[in-house]
Amino acid sequence: MIEVNSDSLEWKKGMTVNDVLTAKKYSFPLIIVKIDGNIIEKHDYTKYEINDGAKIEIIHLMSGG
Amino acid sequence: MQINKTWILSNKNKFKQEFFKKNPPGSLDKLQKAVAGVAGAGGLGSNIAVSLVRAGVQNLVIADFDRIELSNLNRQQFFFDQVGQLKVNALKENLLRINPLAKIKIFAEKVTRENAAFFFKDCDILLEAFDRAENKVMLAETWSKYFPDKYIIIGSGLAGAGMNEKIKTQKYDKIIICGDQKTQSTNENGLLSARVAAVANLQANCAIEILLKGVSTHDRSEQ
Repeated sequence: MIEVNSDSLEWKKGMTVNDVLTAKKYSFPLIIVKIDGNIIEKHDYTKYEINDGAKIEIIHLMSGG
Repeated sequence: MQINKTWILSNKNKFKQEFFKKNPPGSLDKLQKAVAGVAGAGGLGSNIAVSLVRAGVQNLVIADFDRIELSNLNRQQFFFDQVGQLKVNALKENLLRINPLAKIKIFAEKVTRENAAFFFKDCDILLEAFDRAENKVMLAETWSKYFPDKYIIIGSGLAGAGMNEKIKTQKYDKIIICGDQKTQSTNENGLLSARVAAVANLQANCAIEILLKGVSTHDRSEQ
């Protein structure tokens, strides 16, 4: 099991950030992804393999300033 | 009594003592030693910078490539006779009119993944003040990569009017998000002075709180 924004999600071996985004149906392009406190950069979404028990935070940012 | 810059420069302590008379006791020492970065000098950045300088944060690094347009004046801390000027130049001028002892370092360049760490390397804390969400993401990723132990305070969700109750501050370890996290800047929503400045001031307030706890790694002598 992993935790995504305080919800639990079933962990699968080899699971990447992209898999989590797909599973959670997050289609927003403008997000910050933190796994166990570390930011994962966009170009690593398809490469970074998530460990079982990981705590993931996905922060969606809005334009305007 | 008329105060001019010459008097201030030869009476720095007296000036500061009076200027910051209403500050919480002990706050000035911490704030004036700190260095705060402001990435963007528009609606968020200009308001953030004004609040920080008024509070006693005397060392700022501000970066923005843009020039002032008339349509900026409904929410940004500039004046009509500054339209056409680079935002960083005009903002520096305005900040020094508030406190001429402030040290404002400016970069009139677009902040990118390549230069962000260089521009803000001396900062104890970074305040994100861009317009576009993709730049907010870029800055958060870059800052956290180079300075994982330092805070970044982001403004997100500040379009429209009213809705005070929707504005909040959320902490994700060293990343702090101020705003309603929902309203997008669109033609329909628009951007208005009070709501943009409210979020900017939440960011500034949050930075002040962190600096007062003493994250400053710099030990500057009295200026």
